[in-house]
Amino acid sequence: MKFSTGNIKVSVQYIISFTIVCLAAFIGYIISDFAGYKVVAYILLVTVSLLSMFLDIAPVLLAAFLSALIWDFFFIPPRFTLQVKTTEDALMLMMYFIIALVNAVLTYKIRQVQKIAREKEEKNNTVKLYNTLLNSLSHELRTPISTIIGATDTLQNNSAKLTPENRFELIGEISKASFRLNQQVGNLLNMSRLESGFIEPKNDWCDINELVYDVVKTVEENKITQKISININPEIPLFKLDEGMLEQIIYNLLNNATQYTPADTKIDVIAMGYADVLQIIIEDNGNGFPEDEIKNVFHKFYRLKGAQAGGTGLGLSIVKGYAEAMGGTVRLENIRPKGARFTIEIPAKTSYLKNLKNE
Amino acid sequence: MNKAVILVIDDEAQIRKLLEIALQSNDYTVNQASNAKDGVILAANHPPDMIILDLGLPDEDGHSVLKKLREWYTNPIIILSVQSDEEDIIKALDNGANDYLVKPFRTGELLARIRSTLRTALSEEANPVINCKDLQIDLAARTIKKKNELVKLTATEYHLLTLFVKNEGKVLTHHYLLREVWGPGFINQSQYLRVFIAQLRKKIENDPNRPEFIVTESGVGYRFVNGE
Repeated sequence: MKFSTGNIKVSVQYIISFTIVCLAAFIGYIISDFAGYKVVAYILLVTVSLLSMFLDIAPVLLAAFLSALIWDFFFIPPRFTLQVKTTEDALMLMMYFIIALVNAVLTYKIRQVQKIAREKEEKNNTVKLYNTLLNSLSHELRTPISTIIGATDTLQNNSAKLTPENRFELIGEISKASFRLNQQVGNLLNMSRLESGFIEPKNDWCDINELVYDVVKTVEENKITQKISININPEIPLFKLDEGMLEQIIYNLLNNATQYTPADTKIDVIAMGYADVLQIIIEDNGNGFPEDEIKNVFHKFYRLKGAQAGGTGLGLSIVKGYAEAMGGTVRLENIRPKGARFTIEIPAKTSYLKNLKNE
Repeated sequence: MNKAVILVIDDEAQIRKLLEIALQSNDYTVNQASNAKDGVILAANHPPDMIILDLGLPDEDGHSVLKKLREWYTNPIIILSVQSDEEDIIKALDNGANDYLVKPFRTGELLARIRSTLRTALSEEANPVINCKDLQIDLAARTIKKKNELVKLTATEYHLLTLFVKNEGKVLTHHYLLREVWGPGFINQSQYLRVFIAQLRKKIENDPNRPEFIVTESGVGYRFVNGE
């Protein structure tokens, strides 16, 4: 059974407590004629127990007192007085009161324990996440840094023994490592922007054609071995959305595809616009994703089992974060005969001004 | 031939060293300052042909240094910044910077920007006929030729193109272009700009999807590149 944490305002809780006890008393009043006043006591007790599952301790105590009072006044003979005639009734009233109190306090305590357990679990999760971050970070930042330090050391100290080819190769390694370092830092900055919760899309009119070609050009500058082809309807309208975020989304997806698919894989970028929704599909004919891991790939720091080194597991979670920041969605599926397809859908205003005659 | 003098204002010694080596090996004379105060004094005492200014200086906000310099200094200023935030870049360009580069940058890219900025600055008394690869623009006759064939531009397209050509190599922000071509009331109507840039590219670029002349500066504006 799930115990509500009681996010309801305390004043409202008192009102709820009061109303429900009165309601239960009213029901008791109706049936007291043929069921007897002892049954009414059970009805009231059940009511207090139920209330203690949802409300704070003070409103529950109010319910316990109030119901005891009501039972005494309206139901214990002589009715409509606070007097109790028999010893049996006096004992019962006392027990009623104790049961109601114990009930309230016990339920409240259980809820406290649950709350503490939940907080502890949350804390554990944060620690776990933090450790994953640190592990991934120290690996992903230290590897390129080691390369740079190692290569520059060799260049400085063994300069005489190095052939020109060796030297050229070492400089190439430094360059690659710095590029990788820069990319990881970029990912981390994007992630912390998303995590800060202050991220607001800055919407402006975008030429999707221009944007996609630009991103593809940037990706192709990384000397990729795959072939990217672009397919955009020339009549696609202008969309009003955050250019920077959309660029980052497409860049990360293409970067992912170029890093994890074999050479000569074909990557397609398709953009379509319909009824105020921009749809971008990025698919490849690589090896696709293991079906049981698809649901996890957008999670922060998640990396496929057996994935090669290099990558923080942040790229795709940034894609999801940015798509959602713009009110959109991203999904992943495997396609036949082989390959993976990412589909991004972003709702956005469109403008067909493009098709007007210009002057 | 006189060597062009470039003043580098940056608080990071490593960046200054890197720029010194890169610039000197390309025949520029380099002056250096590590903070805003020294930089402004050095610029006043020995006016350089160009200033490379880092926006993140320890003693003063880079934007205000830029404004201060622009009160009297008319030669080009190129901004270096670790801030890739578009608003920051746009602000610097609107405050009179000729160009900007985000750190980390490629030295090759910086040298290309320096060359084109200095060239534009030196050729003020512009030749009315400008040749860029297979594109010929005659500002006096108001004609555009692509591969020796006359290209018909609308008045707006022509206006846009001349703005680009006169500011070769310089990033023109969306707001600047909208204000100059359509007027101050249109600075938020970026859809016009998108449409006309696309049309202009169709007429003057070999492949409008992979433009050589009108290059996109994502989130900031456009730059006209005279293919070197």
